[in-house]
Amino acid sequence: MTQHAAILPLLIPFLAALLQLAVKGYGITVQRTIGLVGAVLGVAAALWLVLLADDGMVRVYALGDWVAPFGIVLAVDRLAAIMVLLTASLAANALLYASAGFDERGRHFHPLFQLQVFGLQGAFLTGDLFNLFVFFEVMLLASYVLLAHGGGLARTRAGLAYVVLNLAGSALFLIALGMLYGTLGTLNLADVALRLQAPGIDVAPARLACMLLIAVFALKAALLPLSFWLPHAYAAAGAPVAALFVIMTKVGIVSILRVQAIAFAPAAATADLLDGWLLPLALATVLFAAIGALAAMRLRDLTAWLVLASAGTLLVVPVFPQADVSAAALYYLVQSTFVAAALFLIAELVAVRRGDVADAFQPGPRLHTPWLGLAFLLAAASAVGLPPFAGFLGKLMLLSALRDSGSAIAIWSVFLFAGLLLMLALAKGGGRLFWERSPKHPHGSTHPFCWRRSLAVALLASPALLLALFARPVSDYAARAAAQLHHPQAYVAGVLGRHAIERETRP
Amino acid sequence: MEALLTIAIGLLTACGVFLMLRARTFPLILGLTLLSYAVNLFLFASGRLRMDTPPLIRDGASYTDPLPQALVLTAIVIGFGMTAYLVMLALRALSESGDDHVDAKEKR
Repeated sequence: MTQHAAILPLLIPFLAALLQLAVKGYGITVQRTIGLVGAVLGVAAALWLVLLADDGMVRVYALGDWVAPFGIVLAVDRLAAIMVLLTASLAANALLYASAGFDERGRHFHPLFQLQVFGLQGAFLTGDLFNLFVFFEVMLLASYVLLAHGGGLARTRAGLAYVVLNLAGSALFLIALGMLYGTLGTLNLADVALRLQAPGIDVAPARLACMLLIAVFALKAALLPLSFWLPHAYAAAGAPVAALFVIMTKVGIVSILRVQAIAFAPAAATADLLDGWLLPLALATVLFAAIGALAAMRLRDLTAWLVLASAGTLLVVPVFPQADVSAAALYYLVQSTFVAAALFLIAELVAVRRGDVADAFQPGPRLHTPWLGLAFLLAAASAVGLPPFAGFLGKLMLLSALRDSGSAIAIWSVFLFAGLLLMLALAKGGGRLFWERSPKHPHGSTHPFCWRRSLAVALLASPALLLALFARPVSDYAARAAAQLHHPQAYVAGVLGRHAIERETRP
Repeated sequence: MEALLTIAIGLLTACGVFLMLRARTFPLILGLTLLSYAVNLFLFASGRLRMDTPPLIRDGASYTDPLPQALVLTAIVIGFGMTAYLVMLALRALSESGDDHVDAKEKR
């Protein structure tokens, strides 16, 4: 049974989506039940995978039972397991929130949601670059439809730009894969790592292919010149959809981290691929996001900028091939994902209680929900990195891990200054939302308490506190995951085993 | 043969990119379609150009690399689905705003 653990996070959402399509005629309650059961099972399977992966082995699951590099494999190390658990728990909470009514605003919400989770999990688990492309497309296709869920011209327009941009990105991805296959003759990540180190490869096209690959991942991760789509798309999406989308930038970041650590950094031909350009662009992304956050007029816009800021922060990490930097980044990644998702949900809960001013930063009616304010305080404090919450610990770990690097001054000053700007933006916005009353709106609409929405927000905001309380086990696990990531020989040997074959160089 | 294919891919890419930079949805979709043709041809060429050889390994006979053909097939299917969805989205934007400009305003 344990050898099939790797496929479970993929099978559960896929089967749930198929079942939901089959029972479409029996009403939305049946679909909801299937989705929530699937989400809980997914979290359980992911938790099991995290525990299993902690023995330090790279678990390889050969789809179709063809060994790598001939067949497609899933490869589970600690990093993949963490990301799978993060995705599963985020998805479960977003689904819980969505099943309180959001899912009825359009058609086929539930199957698409499950398929998006399927694509996300596949992108984290796969050990094959073409398979990564396929899972990216599964994830994107579902996200295109989910983004438009609920209707309205704003969503359609944001969706159009988002779809076109990602289709162009997919074209680039395919060009990169074609060049990689043309020069190296393989698309299995472990085999690519081996072939890049082999003597006699054509260095220039191989470097170009690797660079194109990084560019595509940077588009998904929203690195600065490629990040203008993000605030628009995320702010236009419905709250639970935006909450799930938070993990999508992380797919790009983890992909860069993985290909860099396993394939590019150990090979002499591609070792200097990220040098000199990624760090300035990542820092510029952080600053851009901080300025955008200051200019945001609504809480959901502000949260989208926060997602961009954390993406920029994390994009600094692949430049430094040290395990302690990656470990700190993993801890930061986990907390920032939960917090941003919580803020998206809070934005909608605030919006429905404030009538026509919605979540705009204007004086409005009184909110009769102190717990919402508390949840906002918790999430916002963690998002900007105030002690004693998890965001502070994550930023502290990241900054202290980067202290000895040559560009520490630039990184420290940008991170701290951007943190100040974000804090100002959130303090200003939060004060307006929760404290300032307008005489025009004496009574806010009293909204019935909905346990599903409240529970989802509470569960998503609580990691800000829980990850700080249990920082030691989590950061230890992250440290072990980073150590494994930066030991690529073990990954290559684990995936290829004795099938690492000698091949003639391609004509 | 190589020169012909190179020129074809280059021309398709150039036309595709040119059309994609338009601000109307219809040229945009045409441009994306052209670009995906170029990409598929490029992927096909990554297995080297060989004439009159099947993608089957038989004793003595020469064969061509079957993997790029599988990759192209996958890419075609995915690209087709994406284009279909994009057309629907563009039609919806058109019906909601009465204009096929990508930054169309709400219909009055």
